[in-house]
Amino acid sequence: MNASDYLYLRRSIKNKLAMVLAGAAAIFGMFWLIWILWTTVSKGVAHLNLDLFTMMTPPPDERGGLLNAFFGSAVISLLAIAIGTPIGIAAGTFLAEYANHTKLGTLTRFVNDILLSAPSIVLGLFVYALVVVQVGHFSAWAGSIALAFIALPVIVRTTDEMLRLVPSAMREAALSLGVPQWKVTMQVLYRSALPGIVTGVLLALARITGETAPLLFTAASNQFWSTDLNAPMANVPMVIFQYAMSPYESWNSLAWAGAFVVTVFVLLLGIAARAILLRNKVSHD
Amino acid sequence: MSTDAALAVPVMRNDKHDTLIDLLFRSVVSSAGIFVLLALVGAAVSMLWGGRLAFETFGWQFLTTQEWDVPASKFGALVPIYGTLVTAGIAMLIAVPVSFGIAVFLTEVAPSWMRGPVSAAIELLAGIPSIIYGMWGLFVLAPYLSEHAYPWIDEHLGGLPFLGPLFTGPPLGIGMLAAGLVLAIMVIPFISSVMREVFLTVPNRLKESAYALGSTTWEVVWDIVLPYTRSAVIGGVFLGLGRALGETMAVTFVIGNAYNISASLLDPGTSIASTIANEFGEAVDPLHKSTLLALGFLLFVLTFIVLSIAKLMLIKLQRKEGR
Amino acid sequence: MTKMNISLAQPSPSPVSSKASAKLTARGVDFFYSGEQALKSIDLDVPEKKVTALIGPSGCGKSTLLRVFNRIYSLYPGQEARGEVRLDGENILDPKYSLNRLRSKVGMVFQKPVPFPMSIYDNVAYGIRHHEKLSRSVMDGRVEEALRQAALWDEAKDKLKNNALGLSGGQQQRLCIARAIALKPEVLLFDEPTSALDPIATGKIEQLFAELKQQFTILIVTHNMQQAARCSDYTAFMYLGELVEHGVTETIFTKPTKQQTEDYITGRFG
Repeated sequence: MNASDYLYLRRSIKNKLAMVLAGAAAIFGMFWLIWILWTTVSKGVAHLNLDLFTMMTPPPDERGGLLNAFFGSAVISLLAIAIGTPIGIAAGTFLAEYANHTKLGTLTRFVNDILLSAPSIVLGLFVYALVVVQVGHFSAWAGSIALAFIALPVIVRTTDEMLRLVPSAMREAALSLGVPQWKVTMQVLYRSALPGIVTGVLLALARITGETAPLLFTAASNQFWSTDLNAPMANVPMVIFQYAMSPYESWNSLAWAGAFVVTVFVLLLGIAARAILLRNKVSHD
Repeated sequence: MSTDAALAVPVMRNDKHDTLIDLLFRSVVSSAGIFVLLALVGAAVSMLWGGRLAFETFGWQFLTTQEWDVPASKFGALVPIYGTLVTAGIAMLIAVPVSFGIAVFLTEVAPSWMRGPVSAAIELLAGIPSIIYGMWGLFVLAPYLSEHAYPWIDEHLGGLPFLGPLFTGPPLGIGMLAAGLVLAIMVIPFISSVMREVFLTVPNRLKESAYALGSTTWEVVWDIVLPYTRSAVIGGVFLGLGRALGETMAVTFVIGNAYNISASLLDPGTSIASTIANEFGEAVDPLHKSTLLALGFLLFVLTFIVLSIAKLMLIKLQRKEGR
Repeated sequence: MTKMNISLAQPSPSPVSSKASAKLTARGVDFFYSGEQALKSIDLDVPEKKVTALIGPSGCGKSTLLRVFNRIYSLYPGQEARGEVRLDGENILDPKYSLNRLRSKVGMVFQKPVPFPMSIYDNVAYGIRHHEKLSRSVMDGRVEEALRQAALWDEAKDKLKNNALGLSGGQQQRLCIARAIALKPEVLLFDEPTSALDPIATGKIEQLFAELKQQFTILIVTHNMQQAARCSDYTAFMYLGELVEHGVTETIFTKPTKQQTEDYITGRFG
């Protein structure tokens, strides 16, 4: 009796200790993340004003804003999504509908997942060698292509997974009506998987927002307002990088304001993506 | 039977038309799939090609030289490689146990009303751009470390027999330890959500049968859940490692950009990614540029290996599930 | 070889039979899943405008056989059928027989109700639109006709524009039936059509069979013996990939000739 009680006590203590440590880990993790968010919010909001959205990037110690950077980022990101989405959806369709249990499909999924987690600086260098070196100068185009390569694997993966979630009976039901494969895919399957695919695009957009490294070698940056896609274009991450590392306080403040806007944008995208998925999960059953 | 006549003509006409479009559609999506494959190959090849000047000039010594002399055009990859490995190592040392704790907390300990929101919060936080982490590291963490933490560390841990030299040094704030810490915080949401998802795949009845025998929660985790998900957990860890190795901005802000190897973690250093990020803009000399591309290639190879291992480990769990 | 002996499809004298000629005939059909044989030399006649049920324990191959009749298996690499299946005399397993044409003649309803993510009207019109170009009013008529035949018109006529996912499970299945019927096929294949439905919905669909057979030849796979006994004119019993016995439903259930059939029907195995 006694020995068994003693054994149980030891196990019980071990268990309680483990649970406490697990809770401590959770608090530890949340602590840092909350600290970071808090810093971003407090420092960013402090320097949030109308100038931010109406004036261009200034020389040090002068009034200014990030308008050209916001515009540049918007252009480059949207272009990247415009390039990456069709290719991504097509490749995802290939994986789910045409190559699903084949060796080629497995290999492509594997490679796609590697691309998904590959360092973005590597993809930036790739596009540098591919585009910038050939053309001879930095450009917004090159930046978009680099970000498109980062968005691509995200869209491929979500499209692939969402299409595979569509019950095979639906595919078969449409085919048994005599409708050809391509029509079934475009009219029935895409419609069925649409919320998921849209979510993938939103997540890809969130992913490329704030990506700095690839832009360093492709779009570079621009002090001024530019709409020329063939020239370097201002963008928020690079401006933040430059301004934050500088010794000028006015620039540091602008960097924080920019960081705050980017963070809010990314969080909103994430929430929107989850909301879409949740809303459509309910109707499916 | 009479409808047969009505359908016979349109059906025949559609047939050839549809077969053609089917073929077209198939080729389009197949090309997109091949494109993905080519993208990876292209990335590898382009950096290898761009770095060939450096590789040819320095040979194998490239991997072992400490030098980094821009005017004299003498470069060696050892310092960046060292920095990459050390910062990633510190990050994993901190992140893995913490992520494990968080995953256990979210799957076994937390009350059910808490699990959903906290998991969602962690996933959202995983999406915060790394440049934010870098800025926080530079403006908030580094000063704190230099004023409070480092002097304490130097005083109390600097004198230890073996580990001492790791902890001695000027309290700059920025440096390898800071970079490692920032990386750890960045990687924690990522690894913990992979672990959490993986833990959730353990069939309930497996756990229930252990509980029915009187196991404590901890014992179920250690004896049932972990062994069942072992490969995937390792896979998740390697995924996190891959991310830590390749991270640029979070590291560049706080690593200090010093081209020397020192034993102390408190000292500044540099990583492959931060070297490339810092110097690319000003590199004029073709050999300099080529060196940076060569470094990029090394990073690519390193992360490719780590990520492949991660993927293989994760596939093993999927097989077990019968997927 | 366990071949059934009623290749003439002339059932023994019974009020049910008229000159029930065979609409679909299978001869020597083998089926393979990546090399593993799942059907062994099946010979079966499916009489025209009658309901034939395929019964048997799990894994006996009844669904596999059903899916041969509209070649839906061709979607999956590694699945292969050999032998002959004749529809009105033409071999539909012949690669030269157009899939498109086959599927306009042979419709299928699946176990899980799978309405397309569109309106009720569009669901029914979907197949028609692919095959024929009809004016709005003609299409309306076709849709109404199909929904009436599927006993869904009264419940759906006011909500034709609503999303089909808003219907109940039983209604969704009747929608799938309407969708298949809309193409005016000659044969309807049902793969366990009521196993996912509650008893009331099941009852409604079983009533449909009696009406539908006036226009279509019907082949149903069911794991529910009582359903087969209730709804079908002919029954075929399968076991381990072979067709064990086939004949008039009443005979199969009261005087089966094979021991295996009797064992299954009396519940000695299942």
